[in-house]
Amino acid sequence: MDFAMIFFILVGALSVATAVGVVTSKVAVHSALFLLVHFATLAILYVTLNAQFLAATQIIVYAGGIVILILFVIMLIGSAPLETRAGYRSWVPYAGLALGVLMLAGMAMTILQMPLTPLDPNANQGGAPIIMGIELYSQNILLVQLAAVLLLVALIGALLLARRPKNEESPISNL
Amino acid sequence: MFESVWLLFALPAFGALIILFAGQWMSQKVVGWVASAAVAAAFLMSVLLFFSLTALPAEERSITITWWQWMTIGDFHVPAAVLIDPLSVTMAMVVTGVGALIHIYSIGYMDHEPRYQRFFFYLNFFILAMLTLVMSNNFLGMFVGWEGVGLASFLLIGFWFDKKDEMYGWYADCGKKAFIVNRIGDFGMILAMIMVWSTLGTVVFTELNEAAHHLAPATATIICLLLLLGATGKSAQIPLYVWLPDAMAGPTPVSALIHAATMVTAGVYMIIRTNMLWHLTTDAGLVTAWIGMLTALLAASIAIVQTDLKKILAYSTVSQLGFMIAAAGLAAYGAALFHLVTHAFFKALLFLAAGSVMHATHGILDINRLGGLRAKMPTTYRTFLIGAAALAGIPLMSGFFSKDAILVVELEKNIALYLVGAVTALLTAIYSFRAVFVTFHGQPRDQHVYDHVHESPGVMTIPLWILAVLSVVAGVINLPFVLTLDRWLEPVIGEHEKIPLVLELLGITISIVIAVLGVLIARSLYLTNEPWARRLTQPFSSLRKPAEQKWYVDEAYTFIVVSPIKAASGWFARVFDPRVIDGAVNSVGGVLSDAGEAVRKLQNGAIPAYALSIFLGVVVVMIYFIFAG
Amino acid sequence: MVPTSYYLILSAIIFTIGAVGVLGRRNALIIIMCVEMMLNSVNLTLIAFAMQWNNLNGQVFVFMVMAVAAAEVAVGLAILIAHFHLSKTTNIDDINLMKW
Repeated sequence: MDFAMIFFILVGALSVATAVGVVTSKVAVHSALFLLVHFATLAILYVTLNAQFLAATQIIVYAGGIVILILFVIMLIGSAPLETRAGYRSWVPYAGLALGVLMLAGMAMTILQMPLTPLDPNANQGGAPIIMGIELYSQNILLVQLAAVLLLVALIGALLLARRPKNEESPISNL
Repeated sequence: MFESVWLLFALPAFGALIILFAGQWMSQKVVGWVASAAVAAAFLMSVLLFFSLTALPAEERSITITWWQWMTIGDFHVPAAVLIDPLSVTMAMVVTGVGALIHIYSIGYMDHEPRYQRFFFYLNFFILAMLTLVMSNNFLGMFVGWEGVGLASFLLIGFWFDKKDEMYGWYADCGKKAFIVNRIGDFGMILAMIMVWSTLGTVVFTELNEAAHHLAPATATIICLLLLLGATGKSAQIPLYVWLPDAMAGPTPVSALIHAATMVTAGVYMIIRTNMLWHLTTDAGLVTAWIGMLTALLAASIAIVQTDLKKILAYSTVSQLGFMIAAAGLAAYGAALFHLVTHAFFKALLFLAAGSVMHATHGILDINRLGGLRAKMPTTYRTFLIGAAALAGIPLMSGFFSKDAILVVELEKNIALYLVGAVTALLTAIYSFRAVFVTFHGQPRDQHVYDHVHESPGVMTIPLWILAVLSVVAGVINLPFVLTLDRWLEPVIGEHEKIPLVLELLGITISIVIAVLGVLIARSLYLTNEPWARRLTQPFSSLRKPAEQKWYVDEAYTFIVVSPIKAASGWFARVFDPRVIDGAVNSVGGVLSDAGEAVRKLQNGAIPAYALSIFLGVVVVMIYFIFAG
Repeated sequence: MVPTSYYLILSAIIFTIGAVGVLGRRNALIIIMCVEMMLNSVNLTLIAFAMQWNNLNGQVFVFMVMAVAAAEVAVGLAILIAHFHLSKTTNIDDINLMKW
């Protein structure tokens, strides 16, 4: 049990705990904050896996972008408590839980039977960002371009979708 | 000469086509004369064929003219071909000759008919179909003609399809009855044809002459009995004769042509034509003879109490056909054909004369309302008298010789049949002269009818006289001991048997006695009302009521056959078709519709349900890949 | 070194938690958050395998996933806001306009 393993277990536990928190908390803002910490733990794990550039991207994009976005929207529209529904709605969560356990068991069974060679600590040349940069902009330049187009389209689309109808009061003014 | 036999068919065909397409622009007289000319020209053609045949030696008198190969399926070959031999030429002459006379007669008879164009078209079509029947060289060609004359009969019986009266019901129903009853006979014929082909491999008559020797007697019996079924349908024998009396709903020329002279003789012709099969089985022949004679007796017993003139003649036709069928069954084909020819003449004559009476009385043929017509319609009276004399078998008339030929054969072969025949001949004489005396002699029973009666125009009476002359002299074609017709037919039917002299003379004597006795009985019963005749017929008076009701045969058929079939069809129409068939079809749609309804419920719009189904699918696929992939 | 299978197990656990969250929560925003969590678990798997096979393609793939996830969140939230303009609720059970 060396330091790496203890570190992994700690960070992993924190990650799982915050994930559970996202799913189970009653207040939406709490869920968002749990999600933020979850993303951070994942970034730490990326660093241990020699993917430093991606760890940075994770913090910037996910933690600093997406969670902020979600928080904004929660503030705008989503913080009222919602009533329970009867009928089929009552058993869907339990069905999901059962299926989830099943899936987890299956995946665990498969994973543990996979024959994997020991890890090389210097894989991916230590994971320095420059390596990733070279890879992205030489072999996969097309992907970068496409990602750019995708983001542009998503930007415009989101703008259009969220526009208020012409003659309606903005709900913001009611807050 | 024989190559131009196609003209024989083309002439009535062209006549029919001209009338069909151009008839609306031609006047009624022109249409009638065009049709008659076509058939008269066909008659000339058949006479030419006859003379050409006589020019040949007897062994060569069988010529096949093939026009094209009709069907070739594997080794099933059916040519569209014509067989010119003594039998077919004789039949063709009778059909076209009597047909031409009746066409001419119809010009006068149907002069008030608005649908005359249709009438003459149907008549020409009938002649064409009948010629196909008698001249074809194979079973299938003959069957085409068989069906064609059945169709013509249906169309012509129900010619006044919008008319309905007490005696016949809807005239259209009479046509339907004829067609449907004939169909039962056709079923027998088709089975016989199939059996012939499957056992002998050919349907051509000339080839069957050699091939027939390979038939086992039992098979031949079955085939011949099936052919007999077909003959009973077309020639109105027991059990399928019930359509002929109702066929009198058609116009009288139709009754004369189709139901006396030509179509109903198709069954007799067919038996003579297939004699090579009948030679192999005496059992079928005996059955045929008995059916013929019993029909003859039954029909004569009904005819003697009928009050409608045409119905008397109709039952008389059934009776005389019974004689012909019986002769054919006893292998006396020459005698059968002889009676066929003479019967064509005198029965057509009788029907046309009855038509003349009907034309004069504007449709009234109930003999209880007629009487004393001979003063006002002398030509009709004289020709009717000649026809009745021929029918009754008065000596030296044609009918005497032909009926006697049949009776003598029965005397030689089967005494029981002869006795039935003798009794029937007596009844025939009685009813034929009953018709004469009640209609034309005595006092008029309905003065109003009598006042309006007038003689028919020349276009109607000249055919009557021609047929009358033929009815008198036609006996010469097959006089006893001379037997011209039998010898003429030898290429077709083989050697004819010689009847012993004693039997011949005995038969002739008895026939003369029967004929004279019948006339005397009829005269004393219906004209002079003498007591001795009434005492003679007293024992039979209990049979009068059933005979008037036609021995309840129609009622029995209705009860046994028609009503159950109608009930079954009704059940099918009201219950089976809407519920089962429509139900099955509708429920296919219904099942699909309900399935769609059920599947539609899956689209409940609830996103968690969709998510659950996706998740479920993923888990299932994962499990599959873990355990089986 | 931590064996790769540990990372994979961790990723599986996070994925399952996210899946249960998607099914069980009513608030549409929480559901979007859970979807993001599931995407992230897949990222973790990809990076773990990139290290295992010493191949940078895994990391490139993760880069793309992040870009797509960002775009998807933006559009998804925009849709949610548009629906909120219409129905004034974020309850996922009430978002059923695609019902038959």
